[in-house]
Amino acid sequence: MDTLFGNYVAVLLASVVGFMMVMSALLGSRLLAPFSKERQKGTTYECGMLPIRRASTNVGMRFYLYAIIFIIFDVEAVFIFPWALSFVDMPGAPSAMAYWEMVIFVGILGVGLAYAWKKGALQWR
Amino acid sequence: MMLPEPVLRRIPLVNRLRRMGPEFFPTGIRQRIPHPKSRVLLTGFIAFFVVSNVFNVFLTYWVINGNLDGKWYDFRDPGVAMGQFTGWLDDRNAELPSGLDFLGAHWLSYAVSAAIGGLAILSFIGLVLLLLVWSERRLLARIQVRRGPNRVGPYGLLQPLADALKLIQKETLIPRGADRFMFYLPPLLIFIPLLLVWGPVPWSPSMTYLDLNVGVLYILAIGSLSTVTIFMAGWSSNNHYALLGAMRTIAMMISYEIPQSIALLAVVIMVGSMNLGDIVQWQADHNLWLAALLPLALFAFFFSSTAELNRTPNDIAEAESEIVAGFHTEYSGMKFGLYLAVELGNALAVGALVTTLFLGGSSLFGLEDNWLPPYMIFGVKVALMYFVFIWLRGTLPRFRLDQLMAFAWKYLIPLTILNTLIVAVEASIFERWDVNEAVSLGLFSIGNIAIAIALMRAWSRVLGYRPEREPLLRPTLTTTVGGLRASERMRGVSARAGL
Repeated sequence: MDTLFGNYVAVLLASVVGFMMVMSALLGSRLLAPFSKERQKGTTYECGMLPIRRASTNVGMRFYLYAIIFIIFDVEAVFIFPWALSFVDMPGAPSAMAYWEMVIFVGILGVGLAYAWKKGALQWR
Repeated sequence: MMLPEPVLRRIPLVNRLRRMGPEFFPTGIRQRIPHPKSRVLLTGFIAFFVVSNVFNVFLTYWVINGNLDGKWYDFRDPGVAMGQFTGWLDDRNAELPSGLDFLGAHWLSYAVSAAIGGLAILSFIGLVLLLLVWSERRLLARIQVRRGPNRVGPYGLLQPLADALKLIQKETLIPRGADRFMFYLPPLLIFIPLLLVWGPVPWSPSMTYLDLNVGVLYILAIGSLSTVTIFMAGWSSNNHYALLGAMRTIAMMISYEIPQSIALLAVVIMVGSMNLGDIVQWQADHNLWLAALLPLALFAFFFSSTAELNRTPNDIAEAESEIVAGFHTEYSGMKFGLYLAVELGNALAVGALVTTLFLGGSSLFGLEDNWLPPYMIFGVKVALMYFVFIWLRGTLPRFRLDQLMAFAWKYLIPLTILNTLIVAVEASIFERWDVNEAVSLGLFSIGNIAIAIALMRAWSRVLGYRPEREPLLRPTLTTTVGGLRASERMRGVSARAGL
């Protein structure tokens, strides 16, 4: 318990230190930099023209396809990590059942990837 | 001199030394009167040489006699000093009146050492960033046959400081249609992961800020934090360029996160631990860097890290010629400076991770025990990795987005998964095989290099990637040909090629 507590207290403190550093930089800028309200300054940067429409619109469909495949594969990677740590110490390791189970698991995902590939989900259009 | 003058003139080193002044190398023809500046330089050099040698003799005597072992001033390992300090703090902790006991028996030493470590990491990053900006600009200039910043301070060394001062004095604008709160947050949130990534990286066996047993997972988790921030920045600034940049960045970052984590699986299987300190120790024990044992994993990790960092072979996130600056187009002043700092700092952090995981970290084949302080070895390796990043930036063109996405999904992911399964077999054979370690590990590394090359070639043939063997326009060095004539020559080549 103690080590767990100590480790993550350190994470918290490091983020507090980083936050303070960034805040000090922004505060320094606040103190040193000029600030003036002017209507033209607030215009969007767009090669000298006024932009058409608001920019915060919908996100393209292909991003969702990538996101779904990403979630599947990211979860897969997290699933493999415990297997990776304990596989070597299993009795009869190279040909143990655990190996073939993992091959099947990865194989199913590979079939999924191949299907997505075939269907053109990986095609950037 | 022994050699005749025409021969001497052809030796590049001799010319170099002569140009520095007659003290460094006699010209043999006529003695110039030494310039006072070079005389001062020479005196300084000799004094430094003598003093450092005397100092070295003392140091060697101390180290060999074991006078430093376990002392707080043991410069080879600041971890010793820190350990003694936390011990002292623990004693003070015991004397304190009870009341805060629910925090644990050592809460004072935890808190104080964590704060000191955090400040140390922060100040290290802050100092090194200034140097990094300078070295990157100078090296890039050298690659592009320019001079680079050389006006502010000696060799332009103070240029980054001047830039920082300039940035902090600039007005930070908020565009009119922006979501003000969401626009304010990202520069704050993007800087903290940069500090946290350095946590589990071991500078020497006892110099680790966070000795986590899930170090590899921690790194992957922290590394994926910045996607959210980037989308916040792109979405809230109400700018088409920024939104496009954010979408492209996120699509690329999530695609390359998968090969990155699967490449690290190979390392975890081989070492049998997710603690970065254990990974370094494994490489030191077996006198073998994982770069030799797992070349495919190294390639996948390195390439996907450049994509995660948005650095040049893969910098479509802020392709200057396409979308102005990507997701931070609308940021100005110090906020822009923070994005710049985070970019460079992340490159350095990835250099540190590649060093730790694949290049032996703070170990150098036994030299780290007595002869070189481990944190220095580590620092030099990280600097070399950073040099490789700059080199890539100066050399490679930018890939297209569809090429990059296809490369992640169709090339890197299948290959890294295959590599993981192969390494799993090898690791379990290595665990049980009763042969000398040098034999088995040597066989595995030769086999793995062969497998990596064969797999990469075969799979790129399947996908139809073909290398350009003879580029139509060979790059021509302008210094050797001269600007105008170089362009004429290139035009001639392209006319012959029918362009």
